[in-house]
Amino acid sequence: MTFIKKTLTTSIALAAASTFAVSAAQAQMSDDEVRIGYLADMSGTYRDLAGPGGLEAMQMAIEDFGGSVNGAPIEVLSADDRNSADVGANTVRAWIDRDNVDMIGGLVASSVSIAVTKVVEENDGLAIVSGSAASSITNEHCTPNHIHYVYDTYPLANGTAKAVVEQGGDTWFMLTADYAFGHALEGDVTKVVEENGGEIVGTIRHPFPTNDFSSYILQAQGSGAKIVGLANAGSDTVNAITTASQFGLTQSGQQLAGLLIFLNDVHALGLQATQNLLLTTGWYWDMDDQAREWSDRYFDRVGARPTMVQAGIYSSTMHYLKAVDAAGTDDPEVVRAQMAEEPINDFFARNGQIREDGRMIHDMYLAQVKTPEESTGEWDLYEILSTIPAEEAYRPLSESQCDLVQN
Amino acid sequence: MTMIFGVPLAVFMGQITLGLVNGAFYALLSLGLAVIFGLLKIINFAHGAQYMLGAFAALLGLEYLGINYWLALLLVPLVVGAFGMVLERYLLRRIAHLDHLYGLLLTFGLALILEGTLVNFFGVSGARYPTPEVFQGGLNLGFMFLPTYRAWVLVAALAMCLFTWFMIERTRLGAYLRAGTENSQLMQAFGVNVPLLITLTYGFGVALAAFAGVLAAPLYPVSPTMGSSLLIVVFAVVVIGGMGSILGAIITGLSMGIIEGLTKVYYPEASNTVIFLVMILVLLLRPVGLFGKEA
Repeated sequence: MTFIKKTLTTSIALAAASTFAVSAAQAQMSDDEVRIGYLADMSGTYRDLAGPGGLEAMQMAIEDFGGSVNGAPIEVLSADDRNSADVGANTVRAWIDRDNVDMIGGLVASSVSIAVTKVVEENDGLAIVSGSAASSITNEHCTPNHIHYVYDTYPLANGTAKAVVEQGGDTWFMLTADYAFGHALEGDVTKVVEENGGEIVGTIRHPFPTNDFSSYILQAQGSGAKIVGLANAGSDTVNAITTASQFGLTQSGQQLAGLLIFLNDVHALGLQATQNLLLTTGWYWDMDDQAREWSDRYFDRVGARPTMVQAGIYSSTMHYLKAVDAAGTDDPEVVRAQMAEEPINDFFARNGQIREDGRMIHDMYLAQVKTPEESTGEWDLYEILSTIPAEEAYRPLSESQCDLVQN
Repeated sequence: MTMIFGVPLAVFMGQITLGLVNGAFYALLSLGLAVIFGLLKIINFAHGAQYMLGAFAALLGLEYLGINYWLALLLVPLVVGAFGMVLERYLLRRIAHLDHLYGLLLTFGLALILEGTLVNFFGVSGARYPTPEVFQGGLNLGFMFLPTYRAWVLVAALAMCLFTWFMIERTRLGAYLRAGTENSQLMQAFGVNVPLLITLTYGFGVALAAFAGVLAAPLYPVSPTMGSSLLIVVFAVVVIGGMGSILGAIITGLSMGIIEGLTKVYYPEASNTVIFLVMILVLLLRPVGLFGKEA
C-alpha cells in the first residue's frame, strides 16, 4: 500500500517538476541549500575502509556535479561516530534539528546505521548507508527513509561460501566474532554451506576485538576441516589471517575463506599472507576502464586506491544529487522515490536498482587475491573471477521481512 | 589418545606453549610498568603507546633507513627510551610532587596524542613487518607446529626479564635506584645524582616497552592502535602481581598467558575477561597483589 502511495506521489511530483519552470522548482528546495551530513568512523577500526577517504569521495561527487543543485548550493558536514550508536544517533538528531541536514551519508558500523536510520525515520529525513554489512538494515530494520548501497552480508555469504563449496570445500570450521554482526554472518554462511551439500564441523566464537588468534588457529588446524571461514571483520580478520599464515595453515592443506574483506585489509596484510583468498566484493578499482579512470582521480587526491565503500559513497551521492535535480525538490520522500525510479549504471554499479525495501541491488563479483608473482604493483591485488548478477546476489524480496514489501 | 578435561593432550600442550609466548609479552610489558611504578611511583599510561612506538620505529626504520631486525632490536629501545627520558625530564618531573593521578592523566593524554598523530598519518589498517629470514618456518614439537619466531620471542622476552630483574635486585646500580626512591634526600647527601637516576629509570622502562614492540612487529600488524588494547590487560597483570613487584610482574605475566590460553579452548567467549576475573579475586582475597609487600 505504502509503495503504491509512494509511486503516486512520485509521479505527481515528477509531473509537477517537469511542468513548472526551474524557478518554481527552486522554491521547493528547503531553505535554499542542500546539506549533506557525512557520518563515519574517522579514527577507529573501520577508518580506512570509509573514513576520511569516503568524505573525499563525497566531495568529489559534489564538485563533479557542479557544487549546486537547482541553484541551491551544496554543503557538507562531517562527524566521527567513533563506532558508537549513541554518538551517531545524537549527532544525526542535532544535524536534522539544528542544521537542517537533508541527507546523511557514509554510515559504517551496522549498530550505528541501525540507530541512525531510526532517528532519520522519526524526523522524516533521508539516509544512504554505504559502509555497513548487516543485511538486517533493509530486512527487519528497513524504513521508508533510508537506502542501503554497496553490499551486505547476504551476497558475502552467498557469493564466497557457495563458490568455495562448489570448488570442493565442503567441510567448514567457523571463526566468528562474538557479537550481532558475526552471528548473523555465521548464520548466513551456515545456511549456504548446508544448502550446497557442505557441513560445518566446528565453530569458535571469539571476543571482539581479539589480538592473538594463535590458539584459535591451532584449534582450526586440529579440526581437520578443509575450509576455515572467518565471520569477522577489520582488525580481527587481519589478525586471524596473519596468524594463519605464520602457523602454515594453508601449507598444511586447509584454505581460508574471508567473508568480509576490504581492499585496505588485503593491502595491509600483503599478498604473501592473503594469496588465493576468495572473496566477494561490490566493486574493484581495476575492474574496467571506467573504474580505473575514477580511481586514478581519487588516488591523486587521497594517495590510496579506493575501497568499494568509498567508490559507493561517490556513486550514491551522485545518484542522490541527480534525483534532487530531476525531482526539483529535496523532500526526502520524493527524492527517495525518484532515486528508486532511475536504474544506476555508472563506474561503480552495474544493473543497479533501488528496491522498495531500500536495498540497492547491483552486480557483485567473486574475486581471488593474486599471488605475489601475479601482482604487478602495490595495489594490483584482486583478480575478478566471475560476476554474480544483481538478482541472484541479494536476498530475494520473497524472503523479505521488511514491512515495506508486500508478501 | 590421552585426554585432559575432554581435550586431547596435544591440543592442551599446544595451548600451554602458546600461552607462554603470549605470557612472555605480558611479562615484558608489565615488567616495564612495574619498574616505573615501583621506583618512580608513576602510573605510566603511555606504556601501550610506547610499545606501539617501538613497533612503528622498527617498521619505519626498515622502510626508510634499511635498518634490519637485529639492529632495530638494539637501536629502537635506545631511541624510544631517549624519547621517554625527555618526557620525564621536561613533563613528568614537573608534577612529581603531586598526587599519582596527575601522572596518570598526563601519560594518558600523551598516549592519546601519540596515537592520534600516527592515525592521522598512517591510518589504522596497519602494515606488515616481515619475519626475519632466520626465523622463517617452524619447529615440529610433536604435539604442535610452533613458528620459529614465536619460540624466539619466548626466549628473548624471558632473557630480557631476567636481565632486568638481575640489574635491579642484584647490582650496585640497582641498589642505588632502590635506595634513591626509598630516601632520596639521604642518597643525595651521599653524592648520588638522584634526579638523573630517575630519568634513566623511566627511560629504561620505556625502552622495555619499545623492545616488546620490536618483538611484536613481525607477529601482529603494526598499527597505531596496537598498544591501547594490550595496555589494560597488562595493568591487570601488574595489579595481580602486586604494583611495583619485579618478580611478581614476570611470574604473573607468564601464568596469565597460560590461563588465557586455556580459556581459549574451554570457553573462548570468556578469554578476554578471564584475566579481569582473576584480578577481582586477587583484589578481594589479597589486595596488595600476589607478590606485593604489605604496606
